[in-house]
Amino acid sequence: MIVVFYILLLFMLIAAIIAVETKNLLSAVICVGAIGFGGSLIFLFLRAPDIAITQIVVEVLGLIILIRATIARDLTSISGDREFFGTVVSIVIIFLIFMAGFKVLDSLHDFGTPVYAKTEKAASQTYIEKGLEDTGATNIVSSIILDYRAYDTLGEATVLFTAVIGATVLLRKKSRKSPEVLE
Amino acid sequence: MKGMSVIVKTISSWVKVLIILFGIYIVLFGHLTPGGGFAGGVVLASSYVLLMLAFGREFVLKNLPLSLDSKLDCVGGILFIAIAILGVVFGGVFFKNCFIEYGQKFNLISAGTIPLSNIVIGLKVGASLYLVIFLLSAFRRDDSDEQSVFRSPEEIHDRAMKDEKESN
Amino acid sequence: MPYAICFLLFMVGLYCAVVKKNMVKIVIGIMVMEYAVNLFLIMLGYRFGGVAPILSRSDVNNETGQIMQSFIDNSVDPLPQALVLTSIVISLGSLALLISICVRIYEKYGTFDITEIRRLKG
Repeated sequence: MIVVFYILLLFMLIAAIIAVETKNLLSAVICVGAIGFGGSLIFLFLRAPDIAITQIVVEVLGLIILIRATIARDLTSISGDREFFGTVVSIVIIFLIFMAGFKVLDSLHDFGTPVYAKTEKAASQTYIEKGLEDTGATNIVSSIILDYRAYDTLGEATVLFTAVIGATVLLRKKSRKSPEVLE
Repeated sequence: MKGMSVIVKTISSWVKVLIILFGIYIVLFGHLTPGGGFAGGVVLASSYVLLMLAFGREFVLKNLPLSLDSKLDCVGGILFIAIAILGVVFGGVFFKNCFIEYGQKFNLISAGTIPLSNIVIGLKVGASLYLVIFLLSAFRRDDSDEQSVFRSPEEIHDRAMKDEKESN
Repeated sequence: MPYAICFLLFMVGLYCAVVKKNMVKIVIGIMVMEYAVNLFLIMLGYRFGGVAPILSRSDVNNETGQIMQSFIDNSVDPLPQALVLTSIVISLGSLALLISICVRIYEKYGTFDITEIRRLKG
């Protein structure tokens, strides 16, 4: 069973590399879809059905948005990177972050043993033990996001609202003519 | 843009009912089974996106005007805060889960305000995502109406010829 | 080992966002980074042979209403799942915002190439 998990992870990694390196933008967008659906299967494997449902639906809408942006536009394939010096500096910095990250990976717990299992009176332990009693919801994730940590959801609603207002302002029709044209 | 072919229109007019039903199920049973307001709201938005892709924008605008849609978005946000204030009124604490004693566990009517919050969040997420996708798609249509600064005369001519062909 | 692959996925996204000069490619890089972070948070809570944090009737003692010890010992961590659930929907909203910025810039300058948008400098 764990083999399937590794195959899916490698599938996501390869799809990401293809999405980054391909010349055609439409192929890159489709590879992003492959990453998202692979991720949804992995969430199912990791016993997170809530996330799997949300991810698979969000992926469909995200693909529609991305294809809307790329389809029927000229110059969709721009090859090449930025200037040479900037690219070299960026790659060096990325390599440094990479090395630092691999140092951090050693200090993590092993895969398959969550942190809260070894800690006394961890928050997650309380949620699992008392969730049904306190909130009455059998889906513990739902009881966390709407009861224990409802402020989180309120902030999420605010962020989503702000993002939608920003997109609406950017896409409105009135501002399409610049002031010189109006005069 | 009059939408796609007859096959797509027929199939999507059957499938839209199932999609909306599935979205409502996910929203309502979010406190018992996997799902919840977020996933259900996105499913509801995707049903309208399917209609928009299959039947064209005018059809969807007749069903759900953008003014109504943005009002639904705002109402969702306000009702979520209203549920939180309900907690202040009945329990004394902001976001207090009141009415928890109604209903039995493992039943649809249980868990106090959690199903209400699920419905409100589903409304809000669905309305706002549909609004964004509609605006993104409507923006491209206007693109061909005005002459861009960077477009050469030949391109404008080609585009006009193509429009004429499509209208015939 | 799974953490390392997840970190590599993040680095691929970072490379794409920093080095590429196509605007949509940069958005794609940001999306890949989001996937990697979500995946990492969910992986932190996984437990071998675990069950999903959703109670069924057999997990609850009928007389006392207590939750069975087997469920408490086997359930995966629900907290990262709750955090990631909000993060996924927010990522869709921010994706719409980013794409609308890209479409706006394309309409103004006629290209997705960020090195050709010099007039942004003023």
